[in-house]
Amino acid sequence: MNNTETFLEENVIKIVPKRTRFGKQKGDTIINVMITTLLVILAVVAMFPFYNVLVLSFASVKGMAEHSIYLLPYTFDLTSYGKLFKETSFYRAFGVSVFVTAMGVALNMFLSVTGAYALSKKGMPGRNILLSLVLFTMFFSGGLIPFYLVVKSVNLVNNILVMVIPTGVTTMYLIIMKNYFNTIPASIEESAKVDGANDMYILLKIVLPISKPFIATFALFYAVDRWNEWYNALIFISDSAKIPLQIYLRGLLINMSVQLSSSAAAVVDSKAGVGIQATQMASIVISAIPIMCIYPFMQKHFARGIMVGSIKE
Amino acid sequence: MTSKKELGVTRNPSILKTIAYYKYFYLMLIPVIVWYAVFAYAPMYGITLAFKSFHYGKGIIGSPWIGIQNFVDLTSDTAFWNAFKNTVIISLGKLLFHFPTPIILAILLNEMYFRRAKKVLQTLLTFPHFISWIVLAGIMTNILGQSGVVNQIISTFGGDSIPFLSDASIFRPVIYGSHIWKEIGWDSIIYIAALAGIPVELYEAAKIDGANRWQQIRYITWPGIRPTVAILFILYIGQMLNVGSSFDQIFNLYSSPVYGVADTIDTFVYRTTFTTGANFGYMTAVGFLKSGINVIMIYLANKLVSKAGEQGLF
Repeated sequence: MNNTETFLEENVIKIVPKRTRFGKQKGDTIINVMITTLLVILAVVAMFPFYNVLVLSFASVKGMAEHSIYLLPYTFDLTSYGKLFKETSFYRAFGVSVFVTAMGVALNMFLSVTGAYALSKKGMPGRNILLSLVLFTMFFSGGLIPFYLVVKSVNLVNNILVMVIPTGVTTMYLIIMKNYFNTIPASIEESAKVDGANDMYILLKIVLPISKPFIATFALFYAVDRWNEWYNALIFISDSAKIPLQIYLRGLLINMSVQLSSSAAAVVDSKAGVGIQATQMASIVISAIPIMCIYPFMQKHFARGIMVGSIKE
Repeated sequence: MTSKKELGVTRNPSILKTIAYYKYFYLMLIPVIVWYAVFAYAPMYGITLAFKSFHYGKGIIGSPWIGIQNFVDLTSDTAFWNAFKNTVIISLGKLLFHFPTPIILAILLNEMYFRRAKKVLQTLLTFPHFISWIVLAGIMTNILGQSGVVNQIISTFGGDSIPFLSDASIFRPVIYGSHIWKEIGWDSIIYIAALAGIPVELYEAAKIDGANRWQQIRYITWPGIRPTVAILFILYIGQMLNVGSSFDQIFNLYSSPVYGVADTIDTFVYRTTFTTGANFGYMTAVGFLKSGINVIMIYLANKLVSKAGEQGLF
């Protein structure tokens, strides 16, 4: 009996706990608690302003009067959101941003994927020169005035596409994508070539489908950049019907130059300042919602994407 | 060069054959090349404006040459030198205060025992990176304003309200602090990825040899992260004047009371070009100066880092 038991024990597969570097050392727990507390405090401080914005956006005029320090959601009043949705200028700006994001990402991805894939082919004559020229643009630019003159000469001034075309490529993303394409095993492409496929076919039907998560991550990065686009609009757009959401927000939040059509009534109300603030906060929440929606999807691929990009050739 | 195997020839293919082999790739590159030619390199030709006196009607080519007169004028422009000084100060300030923080955060997060909390914290801290400075400035004006939460709390405790955004002595720290707030999570990602690559065995071996937490960090964690820090340091230095200029951030946060401490090269160029309507040639000279200094800086930083033993960028 004893022999059998020993035999069985030796052959039982033991469940090994996952190896981490945290063992039971003296003082370990204290340090862990300290670090965790510190980081939690940091996160709370970092998130508090957003919380404050959210809470204030739901504030009613009465609630603001009663509570001078507005820390908790005392009221849940959607009037400010209603005010915003009644503004045509808000609608238009929102629509412009949606258009710019959609067109912008399409152009971004087209240019970046073709550029990155082609530049990843090490044997191509002239490739190193082209790559250096592309990299150089990350460190040196012509400056604001020459850029302005170039855009003017291609007739993009005050054109809604000025937020789409001159922002066609973000060199950093292009380089990271190129590095990614370099990690695809050459054997995949070679076997396709043996079967008679040409390079376009390989890109479209073989490389892209297996790269979907990676491509999607960059599409999202570009989307956030286009959604937040305001610099080109600031310089080139003078037609108020063509401004993107960010410029509209700038007028509402910073410049105080936006006149809400309902603000005339608000001026009569003695709490006018209060009403405006809730509306400002509501506009911030609305503009952040698209980003918050895609944020969880982006989270997964950050680290991998950036890591691949940091691999040197 | 393309291998012989790929081309199915038994001697080295001629350059023409190679080009033909890659023809689809050249085709693919056309849109990208055109884009870079128009929007990245054509403006570089416009740098010639820095040496000319721009006459609107004549265009760039027709405007007369004035040599380095613009640069000479620059040396006596107090507004420019103020902007330049601020750019350098803010750039160094951000190097000192902002550059190390993601590294420290990454190390702290790496030390965290509670896995799930670590993920949640990372997610939360990375969020501000995706919000534009316009929105963040709106939030900050709301919170740090006269009737904002921060000042209300201060007055309840009996203090005077602090004009965070209009007081010249406190504006720069506000810039540093808010930049950290926005970017600490995002910037730490690359360091966290580097740290994840350090083999657990190293830590275990160290513990067996009796190393405490601090020694582990100093002798294992830090050397593991040092190459990444070196590369990012070079990139940072190469962008130093751009970082110091921080157009997005400062443009949306500054106002005339703080021009003296916060006006940077980019905001200076923007304001004088589009509101005061200064001479284009002059403004181009400013931009060219900034870009030129950036290139020199990145070259120097690369040299510095190579001397210190780490692999450089080129």
